[in-house]
Amino acid sequence: MAVCTAHPGPGPGEVKGDPFWKKTAQFWIKLFAINFAVGIATGIILEFEFGTNWSNYSWFVGDMFGAPLAIEGILAFFMEATFFAVMFFGWEKVSPKFHLTSTWLTGIGATISAYWILVANGWMQNPVGTTFNPDTVRSEMASAAAFWEVVTNPVAVSKFCHSVTSGWVTGGVFVVGVSAWYLLKNRHVEFARKSLLIGAIVGLVGSGAVMLSGDSSGVHAAEFQPMKLAAAEGLEDGGNGAAFTIVPGVKIPHMLSLLATHDWNGYVPGINDILRGYTDNEGNVIPSVAEKMSMGRTALDALAVYRSTEDPAVKAEALEVLNANVQYMGYGHLSKPEDVVPPVGIVFWAFRFMIGLGMLIALVLLLCLYAVWKDKLGSWKWLLWASIICIPLVYICGQSGWVVAEVGRQPWTIQGLLPVNVAISSLSAAAVKTTFFVFLGVFAMFLIIEIRILIRAIAKGPELVEPKDA
Amino acid sequence: MSYEFLQNYWWCLIALLGGLLVALMFVQGANLHLGNRALSDNQKRMILNSTGRKWELTFTTLVTFGGAFFASFPLFYSTSFGGAYWVWVLLLITFVFQAVSYEFQNKKGNLLGVKGFRIALMVNGILAPFLVGTAVGTFFTGSDFTVNKVAITDPSAPVISTWGNNWHGLEALSQYHAVLLGGTLVFLTAILGCLYILNNVEDKQIHFQMRRTIRLSIVPFLLFFLAWTVLLLLGKGYAVTPDGTVYLEPYKYLHNLLAMPAVLAMFICGVGLVLYAIWLGAYMPSRKGIWYGMPGTVLVVMSVFFLAGFNGTAYYPSCTDLQSSLTIRNSSSSYFTLTVMSWVSLLIPFVLAYIVYAWRQMDKKKITEEEITDSQHLY
Repeated sequence: MAVCTAHPGPGPGEVKGDPFWKKTAQFWIKLFAINFAVGIATGIILEFEFGTNWSNYSWFVGDMFGAPLAIEGILAFFMEATFFAVMFFGWEKVSPKFHLTSTWLTGIGATISAYWILVANGWMQNPVGTTFNPDTVRSEMASAAAFWEVVTNPVAVSKFCHSVTSGWVTGGVFVVGVSAWYLLKNRHVEFARKSLLIGAIVGLVGSGAVMLSGDSSGVHAAEFQPMKLAAAEGLEDGGNGAAFTIVPGVKIPHMLSLLATHDWNGYVPGINDILRGYTDNEGNVIPSVAEKMSMGRTALDALAVYRSTEDPAVKAEALEVLNANVQYMGYGHLSKPEDVVPPVGIVFWAFRFMIGLGMLIALVLLLCLYAVWKDKLGSWKWLLWASIICIPLVYICGQSGWVVAEVGRQPWTIQGLLPVNVAISSLSAAAVKTTFFVFLGVFAMFLIIEIRILIRAIAKGPELVEPKDA
Repeated sequence: MSYEFLQNYWWCLIALLGGLLVALMFVQGANLHLGNRALSDNQKRMILNSTGRKWELTFTTLVTFGGAFFASFPLFYSTSFGGAYWVWVLLLITFVFQAVSYEFQNKKGNLLGVKGFRIALMVNGILAPFLVGTAVGTFFTGSDFTVNKVAITDPSAPVISTWGNNWHGLEALSQYHAVLLGGTLVFLTAILGCLYILNNVEDKQIHFQMRRTIRLSIVPFLLFFLAWTVLLLLGKGYAVTPDGTVYLEPYKYLHNLLAMPAVLAMFICGVGLVLYAIWLGAYMPSRKGIWYGMPGTVLVVMSVFFLAGFNGTAYYPSCTDLQSSLTIRNSSSSYFTLTVMSWVSLLIPFVLAYIVYAWRQMDKKKITEEEITDSQHLY
């Protein structure tokens, strides 16, 4: 939304004092602010939840997340908070230039924030640059090279591009959908046409970037989280030249290999291959899950000895065993090999919803641009309706993507290192359930309120002056 | 830079963020007037829109304070948040409601009505400082937890930090010493809120009400604060030997104060500034009390954190198992992480500079009734 609002159109128009663009920006910022409030409320829960519900996790990763969090807090949080207030309240209090700069800085602050959050998330999916310290019993960042590895983690980079540009799509689709409603109602026609054009451009640019980054996300999943990819494809037994499943029974030969490895005949392991062990495309022999569990238990036993003995010789021996098996330590907490298989049905269908809806939305945005170019917007009412329907669809699409990313990596909070059953706090199930249902109720109420307020604000519409060039 | 220096440096930054958080809680204090019957609806909106331009700074400071604790002293984060669960969840809920209340309260279709969301802001106005104060109060009274890092090797009970009772933090309400600090913060933030509104809003009736509230708050604030301070200085504290052994020492915090003259000076200077601000707000025509009250608050809170953590003291003591107590040395992030974070922290002056600039730009014109009546960009 910030990109749409500060986009070259309303931005320079506002600075030049054009009342049409000023009112246009004010209207979208008003809707932005309603949504922003719930966004802030959601963000703080995540931070608290790390400690309240994932106590072991917060100790285990605290050292890894320290630097990214410090950078996020200092560089992004305050920028967003400070300039959002100027953007929202500062219309008559600061110069138009300062106001537009504040709008950009709010968007830039949110984007910087997203990068560092996704550095943390990317590290959980692909824990690079980390050393397990048996004295502190946690993952630690030991050098500048390790920090650089964490910051440039390929999973984090592609996740950042994917998430931020999907935010552009969401914002663009929202602007397009609301504008389409005005066009259907024949209200604020000039405002709606110009806004729709901006929204469609931003959304379409976002869609292209989402597709490109989605491709690299697939390659990274194949490389670092093959079980997630196998679950997303419902692939029980893999092989060379694996087919991509569009829906059960409809497959495109070799396509999965091409997407996952960029090789027509590349090897893609299935769920059973991962459980039994396999040889990857580089010739590395990947042990079976049962073997990993055995090595993990050896590592845990060695850690227990290391921590409890005072005898230097026994300590040194335990450390040697621990170091030899530490990469599989997380597997030592699992009770059976099948524990590493995520809920396949959920991940499989979420993946299809994400891709299907994403392509549908991109098509609608493309048609909107075509309709603007051919001056058909007024007559293609079906497209205007499709644009409105895309508003809920774009949210379902985004959430489906997160389901693939987060449910698909179960049972791990940190891939291969810390399963969810070890990342927890020492709380009763009743306490956790109570809190969950309280927040479910509160946020369901917020959702209803937000939608009601948004609908009323949209129904009221902008208070416009006709554009200078209209 | 040595590891010890970095640990101390980050404890100083935590103290600074804690001080800024309490000082910025003037937002919570001022919002208590949303239920003031002597004020008209327009006057309440003036207050709401005045704090509405600052609440995100308070909120962001809270998030950064929590994030900085997580990043620099992760064992505290995992032990306290996972253990004193209900205290943090309650605090979280009040802030979640605060985050949406400004935007939602005056909008049609908000289900809870104007009153519902304003009540949420007032509840946040009391509970937020009270819970933060009580939680910090346990830095001196101790909590019921144990830390056992080997537990992670036991798949049946892998949690490192475990709480000793099912109240999960609510038992702090029975520790009158911790509660006294909670009460102190409620009245302090109420006073700071009045001082801020005096400075930021242009309305005689509001000014009268603010000065009246400050006068009414002086006695309870001083009672809570003095009682907490006396009990702190005369009670036992959690001392740490150089090899990391924790033991109870009589008059520990008094000893800390005397052993660290700079902290003593900060404490006295901070208290002096707060009292001067109160005097200006309550009995003088000046509207600049907030500019003394906020720095004073920052200094006092920082000195309280220094008393808790420096001079061989366990800042988050366990009354169940003394040796599980958290110290600056045994709960921090690694040397390298603290180093990177310290380099990043050099940007703080730049951040403060643009916050001050934006604040000044926004506050050049005081909030008036005309603005509330005419402008469309309001809460």
